[in-house]
Amino acid sequence: MSYIKKSPWLVHYDGSSCNGCDIEVLACLTPLYDVERFGIVNTGNPKHADIFLVTGGVNAQNLPVVKQIYEQMPEPKVVIAVGACACTGGVFHDCYNMIGGMDKAIPVDVYVPGCAARPEAIIDGVVKGLAVLEEKQKAVAVLAERAEEERETVLEPTVAMHKQQEAKK
Amino acid sequence: MSEIVFNIISGIAYLVLAPVVGGLLAGVDRKISARMQRRVGPPLLQPFYDFFKLWGKQPIAVNEAQSFYVFGFLLFVIISGLFFFTQGDILLVVFTLTMASVCFIVAAYSSNSPFSQVGAERELVQTMAYEPMLLLVALGFYLNCGSFSIETILNAPHMNFIYMPGIFVGLCYILLIKFRKSPFDLSMSHEAHQELIQGVVTEISGRTLALIELAHWYENVFLLGFVYLFFAWSATWSPVLGLAMCALTYFNDILIDNCCSRVKWEHMLASTWLVTLVAGFVNIMFLMYMR
Amino acid sequence: MSLPALLTGVPLAAAILVFCLRGNGSRNIIVKIAAAVTMALSVATGVTYFGHPVFIKSTGTMLSTVIMAVDVIAALAILYYTLVKFKKIWIAALELIQLGLILWFEQGVGHSIRLSADLAIDNLAVIMVLIAGIIGSLIAVFSLGYMEEFQKEHPEVEDRRPFFFFVIFLFLSAMFGLVISNNLLIMYTCWEVTSFCSFLLIGYTQTEEAIHNSFKALWMNLLGGVAFALAIVWMGIEYETVELSMLINLGRSAQPVELAVALLVFCGFTKAAMMPFSGWLLGAMVAPTPTSALLHSSTMVKAGVFLIIKLCPVLGGNHAGLMTMFIGGATFLFASCAAISQSDGKKVLAYSTISNLGLIVCCAGIGSYEAAWTAIMIVVFHAVAKSLMFLSVGTAEQQLGSRNIETFDGMFCSMPGLSLCMIIGICGMFLAPFGMLISKWAAMKAFVDAGHPLLLLVLVFGSSTTLFYWTKWLGKITAYIPSGKNREEGIHGVQWLALRSLSALTIITCILFPLVSQCAVIPYLEAAYQTSADVIDRNNLLIMSMMVILLVVLPLRFGKGRKKKLVVTNLAGENSGDNLSYRGVAGQTVPVSLRNWYMESWFGEAKMKLCGFILCGSCLLIEFAIICGGAFHV
Repeated sequence: MSYIKKSPWLVHYDGSSCNGCDIEVLACLTPLYDVERFGIVNTGNPKHADIFLVTGGVNAQNLPVVKQIYEQMPEPKVVIAVGACACTGGVFHDCYNMIGGMDKAIPVDVYVPGCAARPEAIIDGVVKGLAVLEEKQKAVAVLAERAEEERETVLEPTVAMHKQQEAKK
Repeated sequence: MSEIVFNIISGIAYLVLAPVVGGLLAGVDRKISARMQRRVGPPLLQPFYDFFKLWGKQPIAVNEAQSFYVFGFLLFVIISGLFFFTQGDILLVVFTLTMASVCFIVAAYSSNSPFSQVGAERELVQTMAYEPMLLLVALGFYLNCGSFSIETILNAPHMNFIYMPGIFVGLCYILLIKFRKSPFDLSMSHEAHQELIQGVVTEISGRTLALIELAHWYENVFLLGFVYLFFAWSATWSPVLGLAMCALTYFNDILIDNCCSRVKWEHMLASTWLVTLVAGFVNIMFLMYMR
Repeated sequence: MSLPALLTGVPLAAAILVFCLRGNGSRNIIVKIAAAVTMALSVATGVTYFGHPVFIKSTGTMLSTVIMAVDVIAALAILYYTLVKFKKIWIAALELIQLGLILWFEQGVGHSIRLSADLAIDNLAVIMVLIAGIIGSLIAVFSLGYMEEFQKEHPEVEDRRPFFFFVIFLFLSAMFGLVISNNLLIMYTCWEVTSFCSFLLIGYTQTEEAIHNSFKALWMNLLGGVAFALAIVWMGIEYETVELSMLINLGRSAQPVELAVALLVFCGFTKAAMMPFSGWLLGAMVAPTPTSALLHSSTMVKAGVFLIIKLCPVLGGNHAGLMTMFIGGATFLFASCAAISQSDGKKVLAYSTISNLGLIVCCAGIGSYEAAWTAIMIVVFHAVAKSLMFLSVGTAEQQLGSRNIETFDGMFCSMPGLSLCMIIGICGMFLAPFGMLISKWAAMKAFVDAGHPLLLLVLVFGSSTTLFYWTKWLGKITAYIPSGKNREEGIHGVQWLALRSLSALTIITCILFPLVSQCAVIPYLEAAYQTSADVIDRNNLLIMSMMVILLVVLPLRFGKGRKKKLVVTNLAGENSGDNLSYRGVAGQTVPVSLRNWYMESWFGEAKMKLCGFILCGSCLLIEFAIICGGAFHV
């Protein structure tokens, strides 16, 4: 049994959104949607989080921040891009400072469309993310069995997986 | 001889069962809180899921030293609880608990991160706030039962609560701090308090964080044990009453947690010391002069 | 007789030698040898007299002549400083009053008094000899390295090192004399010499502030001296004795000795820096660090509490005891609160010293068996840990150029050895299995049994504020800030020697304290109280000493676990990557700097001092009025 599916903690980061999606993300915590049913906790701390939930696109200003938060999260971890801007840059895509969707900065695992994304969609996205999370957990477990010195160097399954995916394409 | 055997058994039982009970209490807490907010809430076993998940995460740290202090925290909490359940000396329990808090605070300081440090300072103020009352609890038992030994306290001829209601009120007050409940969840809290991130545990993750959770479960169990001591005496049915009162106290703390917003540290310190003086000290005076 | 004579004689001889042979090389050798010999002698004293208390009576009039001569010489020296050099007439008057009293007494009443013992070497005296001998010698050795650097760093201060070491050894000699004397006239003489030596040491740098503070120390201690002289005269006239042991016997047999005891306790207050006389100890911070270490940990202030602890059996129920415990208690609470608002390392140490002394005095004032046990235990733990703290802070000050605790940031990485010493010192000062908390435990028990709820309150609040300022400091040192630079270079070998020995000593005392209690303190108390009891259950003592062992062993075994990936600290995603700065507005790099809480509005120094002074001062006046009323049947 994988516990990571039962206790996904998430950190929410607002890149450069219009705050529409952020409100919807918070709406998920309200009694109506109550994501804590699934053990989801909004921690606000990348070091405790399993899921990196981003809204808004990436621009020159927040690029290093997004990267750092991602770097600070322990494996296994997934990134969920919530809303049109996080997926592609959305209405801001041709702004002077805009770089694009979140996948321009960090590897994104789940895309949740919508402007703004509805709470149901967000929860759906998180649940999809859980499957990815479990897969990565297995990858970590496999890696953990390898020799001690090897482990340290290759303990980045996210990177490994994305390389594989790109190779398939 | 049988006494020693009994003590060893209860010590082992504490080591094994306290995390289970503590985890369940945390689960009940989350469930009841959710129901109070008209939510469904997480499953009862959610704290255990969290614990095992954290256990399997990649080990990351900001420095090598921090996990040592966290380990010290867990160790001293466990030792302190062992003293309690092997019916040792109640002052020894309190002092060992102090050591554990110091380890915890130093763990936060050692990361040299602003959020951690703010948490550490607040935790320190909290410790300063509740420490006098905790000592007065031990002293109250000493005055009432003539011994610091928990064994003697458990076999008191009358219910301790009758002679020390003020001290009990004081203990309930500081338990809010110890359980990290609103209005006194200044240093860290389970809710998403963004301004502090996670306070003391900001820089702690993975297994180390799991150890802290574990330590809190152990701690909560024997803190409720303090409540139990108030309602324990030589009567055979006193354990029922004691456990019921523990449950009531815990429920009460959850209720207060859901009714209150967080206060400033000044209010916490002033109000706790005031309660210590009014409820605790007056009761101590009563025990000293009236009995 | 020979051992006590050697004990006081060797430091004295060393003092004179150091003063005469002024070369740096010869001084280094003399100080090291003298320190070693002094240490060996104090250990020898320990071995010889431990468990075999002796009373020694000198034959002939040699001793009393010497004592008189020293009295007069010390008085002349003080008069020279007060009248000729600095024109402080009223301080001179204080000295003249006591000298007159003592001379008049010696010529008149003193001759007819028959003495039974001049010296009394009991376990308490042996403990004090060991403390002063071992710690004092280590401090003297430490000073060799420290003063050399000090003179380099402060070229404006005249190099008077021969004088400095002269005074240090003189001080030690007087301290030995003080703790082994039973005849109050001898004790008075040593008392005066220590007062005078502390005056000289505090004024070492000769700056305006140093001179001002040294005179503050002088007048406060001379005030105590006047009380001492009065006590001797009163005792001589009223009870026809000048012996401490006789006074205690009289008190035990329910004779009204309150006034004499109160006067002696008062003079203990001045020396032990109880409020309202705490000013001189804070002022003593201007002196080079070894001075503060010597005054605060092993000698000066310990002389004050030594006298009060000696009087323990006759305190307790009476007004002298009440005065002692309330002033001690109030000092404990207010000084520990004031320490919270301080950022200067030495000042925090000074306030913590005052508060610990307050606790000792408070326990002694209760006068019960348990309380006396506690008081002696705190004396031991405090002496070891506090001297270690002072020396560490002094060394850190030299290396960093500041003794503000905020500048100790990252010490854990840049000065690993020194920070370890400091951590051991701090743990020794307050953490549970270590010294102070055991003592607090016993104090709590003693206070409850004595039935003083107010003192209980003082203790529980005082101990929580103590916890606050020590943990705050501990956190500052343990903060992990990687820096490539090791800043420990330039610390002399002798300094390391002293620091490491004291660290080892702290740990050993903490582990072996059940033994200290069993072999040293309890036999003394059995003799003094004629009862025997365990203050803390022996099993609990063992458990605590196990915990210390655990704490020492644990770090050695740790760190062999899983390798961890190191990540940057959480600065909301804006960490520049080195944990030392973040990207601020408009791409600026802003350094991270963290500061502790001081809660000035709650625990401000002025506020605490005011409260303490008013409380203690009025308590002093009221109690003295009551005691005098009782003594003179007004």
